[in-house]
Amino acid sequence: MTAYIIRRLLYAVPILVGVNLITFVLFFVVNPPDQMARLHLGDRHVTQEAIDKWKEQRGYDMPLLVNSQAGGFGMFTRTIFFEKSIRLFIFDFGSSDNGRDISYDISQRMWPSLAIAIPSLIMALLVNIFFAMLLAFFRGSYIDIWGVILCVILMSISALFYYIGGQFLVGKLLRLVPISGYGTGLDAAKFIVLPVIVGVIAGIGASTRWYRTFFLEEVGKDFVRTARAKGLSEARILFRHVLKNAMIPILTGIVVALPLLFMGSLILESFFGIPGLGSYTIDAINQQDFAIVRAMVFLGAVLYIVGLILTDISYTLVDPRVRLA
Amino acid sequence: MELRQDMFIRIAVMFMVLSPFCGGLADSNIWNNPYPSRDSHKNILYSDFEERPKHLDPVRSYSSNEYGIIANIYEPPLQYHYLKRPYELTTLTATQMPVPYFLDKDRRRLPDNASAGDIAWSIYDIEIRAGIMYQPHPALAKDPTGRYLYHDISADDIKDVHVLSDFEEVGTRELTAEDYVYQIKRLAHPQSNSPILGVMAGYIDGLNEYSDSLQVAYNEQADQSASPVWLDLRKYPLAGVKATGKYTYQVRIKGKYPQFKYWLTLPFFAPMPWEADLFHAQSGMEDKNLTLHWYPIGTGPYMLTENNPNLRMVLSRNPNFHGERYPTEGMPGDAEEGLLDDAGKEIPFIDMVISSLEKESIPRWNKFLQGYYDVSGISSDTFDQAIRIGGSGDLMLSDEMREKGIRLSTAVAASTYYFGFNMLDRVVGHPAGEQGKYLRQAIAIAVDYEEYISIFLNGRGIVAQGPLPPGLYGYQQGSAGVNPVTHAWEGGKLRRRPLSQARSLLVKAGYPGGRDAASGEVLKLYYDTVARGPDSKAQMNWWRKQFAKLGIELIVRPTDYNRFQDKMLNGTAQMYSWGWNADYPDPENFLFLLYGPNAKAAENHGANASNYNNQDFNSLFEKMQNMDNNEERLAIISRMIDILREDAPWLWGINPKSFALYHGWYFNSKPNLMANNTLKYKRIDPELRSRKRSEWNQPVSWPIWIGLFILIISALPAFISYQRRQRAKPQVNQV
Repeated sequence: MTAYIIRRLLYAVPILVGVNLITFVLFFVVNPPDQMARLHLGDRHVTQEAIDKWKEQRGYDMPLLVNSQAGGFGMFTRTIFFEKSIRLFIFDFGSSDNGRDISYDISQRMWPSLAIAIPSLIMALLVNIFFAMLLAFFRGSYIDIWGVILCVILMSISALFYYIGGQFLVGKLLRLVPISGYGTGLDAAKFIVLPVIVGVIAGIGASTRWYRTFFLEEVGKDFVRTARAKGLSEARILFRHVLKNAMIPILTGIVVALPLLFMGSLILESFFGIPGLGSYTIDAINQQDFAIVRAMVFLGAVLYIVGLILTDISYTLVDPRVRLA
Repeated sequence: MELRQDMFIRIAVMFMVLSPFCGGLADSNIWNNPYPSRDSHKNILYSDFEERPKHLDPVRSYSSNEYGIIANIYEPPLQYHYLKRPYELTTLTATQMPVPYFLDKDRRRLPDNASAGDIAWSIYDIEIRAGIMYQPHPALAKDPTGRYLYHDISADDIKDVHVLSDFEEVGTRELTAEDYVYQIKRLAHPQSNSPILGVMAGYIDGLNEYSDSLQVAYNEQADQSASPVWLDLRKYPLAGVKATGKYTYQVRIKGKYPQFKYWLTLPFFAPMPWEADLFHAQSGMEDKNLTLHWYPIGTGPYMLTENNPNLRMVLSRNPNFHGERYPTEGMPGDAEEGLLDDAGKEIPFIDMVISSLEKESIPRWNKFLQGYYDVSGISSDTFDQAIRIGGSGDLMLSDEMREKGIRLSTAVAASTYYFGFNMLDRVVGHPAGEQGKYLRQAIAIAVDYEEYISIFLNGRGIVAQGPLPPGLYGYQQGSAGVNPVTHAWEGGKLRRRPLSQARSLLVKAGYPGGRDAASGEVLKLYYDTVARGPDSKAQMNWWRKQFAKLGIELIVRPTDYNRFQDKMLNGTAQMYSWGWNADYPDPENFLFLLYGPNAKAAENHGANASNYNNQDFNSLFEKMQNMDNNEERLAIISRMIDILREDAPWLWGINPKSFALYHGWYFNSKPNLMANNTLKYKRIDPELRSRKRSEWNQPVSWPIWIGLFILIISALPAFISYQRRQRAKPQVNQV
């Protein structure tokens, strides 16, 4: 397995270079360094000299991808792409274009994201499994039919509707929790309740339907028939046998998402005023702060790759037939 | 089975019985308060911000959201009078208003009425008040021997320091004139990237050369040492700025520049103690984000005690504030509105200001209605809820707002949103000569801005009649201020000229009915805009409709802001829309937007985005810009505006109206669109606020219980079905 993991990590290097290159090209096609400087300096009284100085101080005065004036490796190393990318591979994210230490900002802002993401994940898992098992238990009945219809309706509604509707109903009409904001320590609890509930409800439709198919697949298998033949109750069959086997695809689906919990939710954090990494990324895009955008995309790619490797490993743990070679 | 159903019904009944009790319990608390309940009765102002400030260093900061913070911390020598209109300058830390004297090129003193052409230098001697102290700050902390505690620290020394308050000791010292000089020198520092260096280098004697010499010094020092470079600017003299005493300093301006006094109200010219500059330049400070961009140091009424712009920013009363009193004079009507109730009282009134990050308008608005923000603007989404239009077309508060005791204040902003023609363009610009002028005039009549304001701005604006917004010297009201090209003054009202006149002008322009008289082809014009997406569709359709009135086909070219900037810099756009907010209340600050040498598509990329170039106008501008306000200047401004109206390089567009709502517990609110240091005048009644919050925010819990009850009831058939299945005998399949 060790060889497998090492091989997968080595595969990750060209993937990360590719991701970085695509981010770089997309960003600088839209935001050339001169415009970045104008945005940061303000364009009311800015002079070309000030723009040039800003670019020089931040290393944006070099060619983007190829330096035709430099010889040898310098053609590729004395470029904005190389200078800005190479340090990412040792997780040195450097400073934002505003001079802030990105690693410090990430370390501060990942906690609010996790404070929302972890309870949301656990609650969503429990609620979705409960509803999916309920539908599987009553498969073919009117409860199943109406349940699936309800799931389709729920998954057809935009997440924004849940956010705004949740704020309106729970925060404004019922006045049970603050509409938005965030606190530190225990104070954070009252701010987390609403985004967690809304996040869970927003995901019920799709996840319940998805999990239901896993349960139904298992229910039709021979071992279930055997269990019934032994005289086990339907509830016992579901909880003891079906659930255990259906959890394999469910858990592996969760493992792949686990590292991405750090990255937060772009829209949810913005709506509920959560100072997490999602809103950090959105702010950076709006402010054309390439240093942050590049760092967050890189981090997202790394976490995704880590998630996929963990998924593979988790297969071997939950299913003894799977071997990594 | 019957027993279990009976139990279920009993539980349901118990919920129903308990729910009013639970509701009763809830009455004693507010659950949705985003702030700690212990702060409910404190003298704290609650506001919000949408975008985090990028720079709080006064040498760099230049946007309104940043000024909202630092203008209450840093104190330049002058400020705007809070109540008087038109805007009037008054002293802040200066003892008196500086009056410049003039020198000729041989440094001989000239009379005060010398002509601008004879004046080689203007000398501003500024005296500040004695006894003003800085806020407590670790940069100023000293040990008993008088040695600075934190001026010789290494990265290791601050390994456990993460925010400024982690430094245990703080100190203060008296403000001196040298601090003002130091800050002006910082404008030229190579690492400062001050946005006004280019402008000020044109006026402050020697600033340009100073910038070059600092760059050399910086490079030398950087080459010699691996540690962060700190240039002690006290050792580098600047020719045009010097301290002439402990409390006096002198600024030498090239030529005559009366607008310089307005710059003295901005934080660019606020004092900076050298100790703070050194303190933040030490090794390890920048890596820990301990910079002047993050931690301002000032003498003003407030100091920034918490800077977490991802969540909130907190301004607290500066314990060392020198004291100031609320104005005793205002405008007619101010006393009746209660704006002079606090006349002569010591300010600031508020102990703390908590500003929370609020990115979305809906939660912001709802929190204002719940009493958790003290002030709010009005967005398009909430306009109908907040404002109703009276029978005579006037705007007033809705009943819902009035019942809550909310009040409204409005003011026409010193801003303009205009639609510009690129005068380099061969169809609509200078190359088209008189025909181009007639075409622009025809379009100016056809574009019905009154309708635009009504449809898209809910009436929040007035139709501009020229480049100057109301409130500026040279702006004229009533019939004297009418743009005769587009409007007429009839029966005491402005009336847009009929479309028939526009069509006649179009014939003179060579496009009868919107077609080229020579080729017969429909005239196509191109409008570059950054307005994109579905929200802008209605606006773009409206623009097409305006041009279609004349038979002209308008082709809208939506683009992102960067591309738009490129087009403007290269002069390749044909028509565009843009805006301008006043830096200071002087007509020069708007008329320079059409001054020929300021053309954007020229080498220096000036602010004249239309690339308009009229020699008569340019000559008048050069004469007007250096004059003091008097009859002669007013006459020149009128002539300049007449030229512009005739040439119509812009459709003059809109002067927007700002609307602000504030709660009944918020006092002394008068819109001041020039001043940013107005927090100190505001007063709140925290007891009234607490009562209102309690009244408006009682939780409603019964729907939760009802919802649970319905859920349980609806689950009942499933439960019964489950029970039946459990008891059913296994089916044996017949083969």
